[in-house]
Amino acid sequence: MSAPTFPDLAGHFGKYGGRFVPEALIKALDELEAAYRSAKVDPEFQATFKDLLLNYAGTPSLLYRANRLSEKLGAEILLKREDLNHTGAHKVRNVLGQALLAKRMGKPRVIAETGAGQHGVASATAAALLDLECVVYMGEMDTERQALNVARMRMLGATVIPVTNGSRTLKDALNEALRDWVSTVDTTHYLLGTAAGPHPFPEIVRDFVSGIGIEARQQCLDQLGKLPDAVAACVGGGSNAIGIFHAFVPDEGVRLYGFEAGGDGVETGRHAASITGGTVGVLHGNRTYLLQDEDGQTIESHSISAGLDYPGVGPEHAWLHDTGRASYEPITDTEAMAAFQLLCRTEGIIPAIESSHALAGVAKLAPRLREELGRTPTIVVNLSGRGDKDVHTAGAYFGILDQVEKVVPGENT
Amino acid sequence: MSIAETFAAAKKEDRAVLVGCMPAGFPTVDHSIEQMIAMHEAGCDVIEVELPYSDPVMDGPVIQKASDIALANGVRTRDTLKIIEAVASAGATVVLMTYWNPIEKYGIDAFARDLAAAGATGLITPDLIPDEAQEWIAASEKHRIDRTFLVAPSSTDERLAMTLGNCRGFVYATALMGVTGARTSVSSQAPDLVARIRAIDPELPIGVGLGVGNGAQAAEVAAFADGVIVGSALIRCMLDAPDRATGLQRLRALSAELAEGVRRR
Repeated sequence: MSAPTFPDLAGHFGKYGGRFVPEALIKALDELEAAYRSAKVDPEFQATFKDLLLNYAGTPSLLYRANRLSEKLGAEILLKREDLNHTGAHKVRNVLGQALLAKRMGKPRVIAETGAGQHGVASATAAALLDLECVVYMGEMDTERQALNVARMRMLGATVIPVTNGSRTLKDALNEALRDWVSTVDTTHYLLGTAAGPHPFPEIVRDFVSGIGIEARQQCLDQLGKLPDAVAACVGGGSNAIGIFHAFVPDEGVRLYGFEAGGDGVETGRHAASITGGTVGVLHGNRTYLLQDEDGQTIESHSISAGLDYPGVGPEHAWLHDTGRASYEPITDTEAMAAFQLLCRTEGIIPAIESSHALAGVAKLAPRLREELGRTPTIVVNLSGRGDKDVHTAGAYFGILDQVEKVVPGENT
Repeated sequence: MSIAETFAAAKKEDRAVLVGCMPAGFPTVDHSIEQMIAMHEAGCDVIEVELPYSDPVMDGPVIQKASDIALANGVRTRDTLKIIEAVASAGATVVLMTYWNPIEKYGIDAFARDLAAAGATGLITPDLIPDEAQEWIAASEKHRIDRTFLVAPSSTDERLAMTLGNCRGFVYATALMGVTGARTSVSSQAPDLVARIRAIDPELPIGVGLGVGNGAQAAEVAAFADGVIVGSALIRCMLDAPDRATGLQRLRALSAELAEGVRRR
């Protein structure tokens, strides 16, 4: 299922990836890699994982033909409904895989970092299911933005530790999780939430979420009798995107689009678009594109979406970008929120603000593709998560939290 | 003095080398120079200048806080080089400790060149392992900068041998599994790790860091290591002081206490 040569044995995707971590973590990474290699070819492990995905997580997720949205955008839009998975996002696939690995390695404790809280909730869920102790690091700013998810994690028995260092967001939560791991590595598995970090995490996470693309590809063949013209996903760290891209990478006729968080606009400097607005460097254990100043200090990212508010991106995306196999474009907060509202109103689906970036990207992409192809394009969009967690943010954004919606002429669709 | 000479001189005196760490530009460029010179005068054989970094995953809260202050006050990579120059010309043996990204951003070869020109003798790289260091090994050979990689209690013998083979000057043995910061007791893992290193390479000097905060602990580590590395406890002298004069006084006093400790063995 994996591309034959990537990553190489040292975890490099071209010049990206690798291991830039303290030596104290190398043994744990080697152990993790060995455990993963043996699990990958162990029919029993694979059967357990498959059973959990099918009977617990609720996958394969639907590939839903969004007719009213298609009409609006002038393209045939198929939504990969990862929002319908247990815990409400694609992340459940990764955490079930990694929690099973933790069990296999005999580690009774898992730690996780989380931005929006989706990965934290998913980790707490898998930990409850598999009887593991769970500690989640979350930036203090995000615990405020996503209070509901904090409560969820606690209900599931996890300990949530608000991180007060630095920018108090996802990157700082990741630093803190790494610090915890250096001290507790004998008993603890670091359940990393995205396809980034030191090798072998980008590969492991990609493989665990690659079912998204494998399913979507087959569903296209079954439902349409053909592959789509394009596959689109939002990109923060990039796990949902690599999950849906991976199976399509060998299909040269399928264009791959990753939509990054453009925040206030890449030109303003207030964004989280690492590929389109960043430069190559080393952060959180891997070489990749990141937001940094001229001294290599990390620049704080900005996005209305907590889940995309991260100044780096997974190394495989950096490589897909450089090789031209995938295209990456920024989507502003405003564009994402317009797409959020559009999906609510046309399809009765409240998407995560993260996934709304993919929808907004497709809204811009559709006319371009239509012109290029001379026909209506077929586009698969990864609807990576549901928007329940974003009701507060979106409600505030649209000004509908404590008042009846004002009817502004010209602004209602 | 080079690192090798510093360790050789201490060995002659039958004592360990004292390495004192201070972030560059904490709280300001000039003040950090003053602190480092005070540490040198009070008995630190080697000044380990830490280049402040936004995401220091190997560091505990004290060094992180000091680094944040330095960055908030606008310290730049080029300031760190100026600081090294000032401290080295005051007669101290200076090594730099830095996370890898600022070096990559500066340009690896250019940084090695400028580091050597500033008078530093070595570079400690907490998040660069030899496996990823081909370019750095070439640049450091060219510009004659000693390379210090880290080893940990969890390092396998195979990795120890590989890492030691790539070190020049001294190896940094992290005494315990954890981040920087003074502890109430010195790790029991440290003597075992030092013994394993010596069995592989009896010549390379070994600096032990993480957790040392007073003279007694310094003496305890000096009993089995060639060098004692102290960071957080020294930085705390400045962070916790009600005013700068008191901070400097405490910094000198602790440096002297540690220097006495490494001579007690």
